[in-house]
Amino acid sequence: MRDVAIVSFAQVPNVRRELDRNEVEMLMPVVTEAIEASGIGRKEIDFTVSGSCDYIAGQPFAFVSGIDAVGPWPPINESHVEMDGAWALYEAWVKIQTGQADSALVYAFGKSSMGDITEVLTLQLDPYYLAPLWPDAVSLAALQARVLLDRGHATERAMAEVAARSRRSAKANPNAQLRGDFEIEKLLAEPYLVSPLRKHDCPPITDGAAAIVLAAGDLAKKKCRRPAWIRGIDHRIESHALGARNLARSRSTEIAAEKAGAFAGSFDVAELHAPFTHQELILRDALRLDPKLSVNPSGGALSANALMVAGLIRLGEAARRIHAGEARRALAHATSGPCLQQNLVCVMEG
Amino acid sequence: MAERCAVVGIGQTKHDVKRIDVSMPGLVREAALRALEDAELTFADIDAVVIGKAPDMFEGVMMPELFLADALGCAGKPMLRVHTAGSVGGSTAIVAASLVQAGIHERVLTVSYEKQSESNAMWALTVKIPFQQAVVAGAGGYFAPLIRAYIRRSGAPDDTGIRVALKDRTNALQNPYAHLVFPGISFEQVASSPMLWDPIRYLETCPSSDGACAMVLASEKATASAPGKPAWIHATAMKSEPTMFAGRDQVNPRAGRDCAAELYRKAGITNPRKEFDMAEIYVPFSWFEPMWMENLGFAEPNEGWKMTYEGATAMDGDLPVNCSGGVLSSNPIGASGMLRFAEAAMQVREQAGAHQLDGVRRALGHAYGGGSQFFSMWVVASDRP
Amino acid sequence: MTEIVKSITTPIRLEYVYRAGRATSRFLRGLAEGRILGQRCPVTGKVYVPPRGASPTHGVPTEEEVEVSDKGTVTTFCIVRIPSEGLSIKPPFVAAHILLDGADIPFFALVHECPFEEVRMGMRVQAVWVPKEELAPTFESIRYFKPLNEPDAPFDSYQEHL
Repeated sequence: MRDVAIVSFAQVPNVRRELDRNEVEMLMPVVTEAIEASGIGRKEIDFTVSGSCDYIAGQPFAFVSGIDAVGPWPPINESHVEMDGAWALYEAWVKIQTGQADSALVYAFGKSSMGDITEVLTLQLDPYYLAPLWPDAVSLAALQARVLLDRGHATERAMAEVAARSRRSAKANPNAQLRGDFEIEKLLAEPYLVSPLRKHDCPPITDGAAAIVLAAGDLAKKKCRRPAWIRGIDHRIESHALGARNLARSRSTEIAAEKAGAFAGSFDVAELHAPFTHQELILRDALRLDPKLSVNPSGGALSANALMVAGLIRLGEAARRIHAGEARRALAHATSGPCLQQNLVCVMEG
Repeated sequence: MAERCAVVGIGQTKHDVKRIDVSMPGLVREAALRALEDAELTFADIDAVVIGKAPDMFEGVMMPELFLADALGCAGKPMLRVHTAGSVGGSTAIVAASLVQAGIHERVLTVSYEKQSESNAMWALTVKIPFQQAVVAGAGGYFAPLIRAYIRRSGAPDDTGIRVALKDRTNALQNPYAHLVFPGISFEQVASSPMLWDPIRYLETCPSSDGACAMVLASEKATASAPGKPAWIHATAMKSEPTMFAGRDQVNPRAGRDCAAELYRKAGITNPRKEFDMAEIYVPFSWFEPMWMENLGFAEPNEGWKMTYEGATAMDGDLPVNCSGGVLSSNPIGASGMLRFAEAAMQVREQAGAHQLDGVRRALGHAYGGGSQFFSMWVVASDRP
Repeated sequence: MTEIVKSITTPIRLEYVYRAGRATSRFLRGLAEGRILGQRCPVTGKVYVPPRGASPTHGVPTEEEVEVSDKGTVTTFCIVRIPSEGLSIKPPFVAAHILLDGADIPFFALVHECPFEEVRMGMRVQAVWVPKEELAPTFESIRYFKPLNEPDAPFDSYQEHL
């Protein structure tokens, strides 16, 4: 396997609603910043791949307008996945592994504020048996949280602690959306939103965009002082039917972690894509994380959750710690689908 | 650096306006099971699945890889979903191939599909988006002015398109999977069919189809134990350009020319017209055949129509094009690109049945999408690269 | 004897709030004033109408605003004979690419008040706007284009836009 590293990362400040700019206008500065920070010329980048979703944008072929932000002229090698940008990064990593590229630009964008996002997500469900009942994303997550609580794997207090810790960490992140100090007792005194989830257990709704540049071997060493080397990356999907799997355990995360080499050593930091508090607890277990490990110093998806972008941002935030010399070995995770159906795990080293 | 990769199994569904006899999982499984059977494998032998399709609004299901994971035996495995507009079927195959070429997996199942009868593809293509110009004329209305520009530039005879349609529709009679089949199709029939977007007539236009296509791609090691003749992937290429910019040539787009040039360079091809034994290219409106002949370097600029006129692209010509009947005969949008890639591989593997040509050693698969801006292509051949 | 269920119909209704973005907002407000505004790419100097905020070839912001004429040249066209969903105009009608004077990319629009046989590449046309009191920030402020009483533009003046 070739050595591939994340050499730069940029994101727009995550906001509840981007009122002023359209997707291209949001993406342009982020793509420009990531390319400039990489030290690789725009025309020197070998491959470009993006992640976005038509149903979030409320129009078909939404990704096409994103390309203008990149300025694909002369024509470029370019691809797109209708998934979180983390999977676009995976496709780029694979391309570099084939030897057909030495560098790649990965970007993702999405305005979750445009539609009723929890309803939009209902369309991810089996169209014959599940979607017609219109269970929204929060209710499905609540089902999962109930399973977790009933099995004694978590408490509502532990969930509230995840929320409070995430938003407290977010205070140090200028790009985070939800940040602040919250008292556990006050949080637990709040009414349920969808039992057993309270508002603080749920992610915010976010408009965002982010970009990452990957580079192989010598190119990465030349351009980046401390490249975040991808030592392992893998992703797995589980059965879609919620009753067919144990919602309290993330088997796909366990398998992906094993394949990515996550169990081979300890980490200095982990960025987990857990939009709901109880999901962080499930993921910590699946990843066998040390309870003392710094998880989501960025604030995580509980502080900013731009769908299609939040997973890519976890990879970027983990890499950033390595770039800054704050971490030597980092773990990043991304998720897709209802109740952690699909998961990607990435192990990085400085 | 790249591992070798070959196509060892191919399957497709019967394409039709409405496959009401199957659900979406049923449709993709029909193609996937045929591909697996062709390779003498089961789902358990597959390491990863790459799915591709066009906009989700065509079916009303968002990110369908999530609900199709079970139908494609994917629990516990990696699954990716590619979407690059009309070229998606081709790009999907290329992404799947790269997983093998990178040495990550031994056997990858790739499936592309569209079940556009479930939602309303026409609505999805022309839905009025606030602040954007209304797409009043549909896909045909978008491409017809470009075709007019080609006719003006090249001086091509007006009936060139009719001849392409006649050829492709005649070829479709030998393809049991084809959607549109017109026994006894004639020049007069095509010429007298209603004009839809002048100069494109009804019988020069692709249908809207439900359908799926699947392939099993294997590493060199896995290919050694596969039955049948492998179609070795010699090269793949993808190129994109902006939808609109000053001075853009939409008739002979540079992205297509650059994609072909890179493909030929990687495959060691210097004279494509001579070195390919056949080509399956994405022709949704008849006139795209002469236009793509030029874009692909098979003919000089403004001379692509001559290839059609001379019969070069007919089944008995020196470069048969779209022996399967092409997109004009079956157009499940998400799958159409993969069908081109698969039909090219089928010719190399000698499994094209009634529309099989003799002695195909090297074939081209081609797909395009968007406003003639996304291109994906591959070269498959009987010899190991 | 129970019938096998072969399909179900599930109505889906989703509401979205769309925002025009800066460039499109400027353009639409211009239409409300009866003006057609484009943006110039700082690298190539080309004027884009409608403007998109970004130069599609260079990925840089296009900030300089340029007003273009509402007269132009038909570079190519087609005659649409089949109805399309959500279309208020009944076919047959002419859909054309129009290179407005001052712009560097063609603008897609309909051509009316002209027999089909007379529509041709190079034809000079003029925008027909809605009445002044109906002008609004929407593409519909321009109803269509009609022929201008001017000689056709020579082929090489618009050839590169084909």
